[in-house]
Amino acid sequence: MLKKNEIKVGDTYSEKIVEDLKRTQIVQYAGASGDYNPLHSDDKFTKEIAGYPGVFAHGMLSMGMTGKMLTNFVGDGTLKKYGVRFTNQVWPGDSLESTATIIDIKEEDGETLAEIAIETKNQDGATVITGSATAKVG
Amino acid sequence: MSKIKMPVEKSHIMMFARSIGDANPKYYEEKDENVIAPPTFIQSSAQFDPDYFLRPKIGGDNWFGSGKEASGMKSSGSGSGGGGAAMGLHAEQHYEYHQPLKVGDVISAEVKPGKSWEKESKRAGKLKFSESVTEYRNQDGELIITATSVGVVTEKPVEN
Repeated sequence: MLKKNEIKVGDTYSEKIVEDLKRTQIVQYAGASGDYNPLHSDDKFTKEIAGYPGVFAHGMLSMGMTGKMLTNFVGDGTLKKYGVRFTNQVWPGDSLESTATIIDIKEEDGETLAEIAIETKNQDGATVITGSATAKVG
Repeated sequence: MSKIKMPVEKSHIMMFARSIGDANPKYYEEKDENVIAPPTFIQSSAQFDPDYFLRPKIGGDNWFGSGKEASGMKSSGSGSGGGGAAMGLHAEQHYEYHQPLKVGDVISAEVKPGKSWEKESKRAGKLKFSESVTEYRNQDGELIITATSVGVVTEKPVEN
């Protein structure tokens, strides 16, 4: 858990959340989450029917990997809110880095809360996720 | 009304954590049942939805992914049968956590439709957005997570 006297607005935390994303990891996510949309594992379908250059990652895999950066930063069980927009697709071979920035620290109903802005970028600097989170602070 | 009834299990959390590359030892220690699920784990409640449309059904013959052909969807004999243009993508996902999601919880879900709207985009033509709100409750009826999902159907595949 973040400590009130150890954080300030503007603090950032970054993590490389995946390096050279493998198709197999996308399949692992399909199996664990139960989302078997062929867009994520079936190249033939994705090229010939959907019209994309090939399979791509579940948005929720990117959000899940970004979430691991977030829990590493704020601690387990401290999140009050976590939300994202998927701004670009994530492809096999992509390497992603995710950054959390504290944008506000406030008191609410007797709790101290940190408001956090989130951004995940690929190796070309394109943003694949923007988001926000609220975490309890000790 | 959804028929989801999801027992939150340690081994499922372990598999999920592996798939997102989360090395937090809490998710892997066999004996420690005192685990709070990763923030997006609730998404895997899809496993417990008997009607989930993104999973091939046992004995079903209408899965839309490829087999011999690029799509296993039986042709209706009239046109292409959809595909590409009508493909839905995930645009946004938001969670509000009311209580920690823990091993041993049995979660039920109630889905409510939300707003819908349209927008023009350069990269994918007309975009049709629709929102759904899911309330996840534990075995005691306590609200654990509220999830808001925004899906988008694009007129054409997104240009990259």
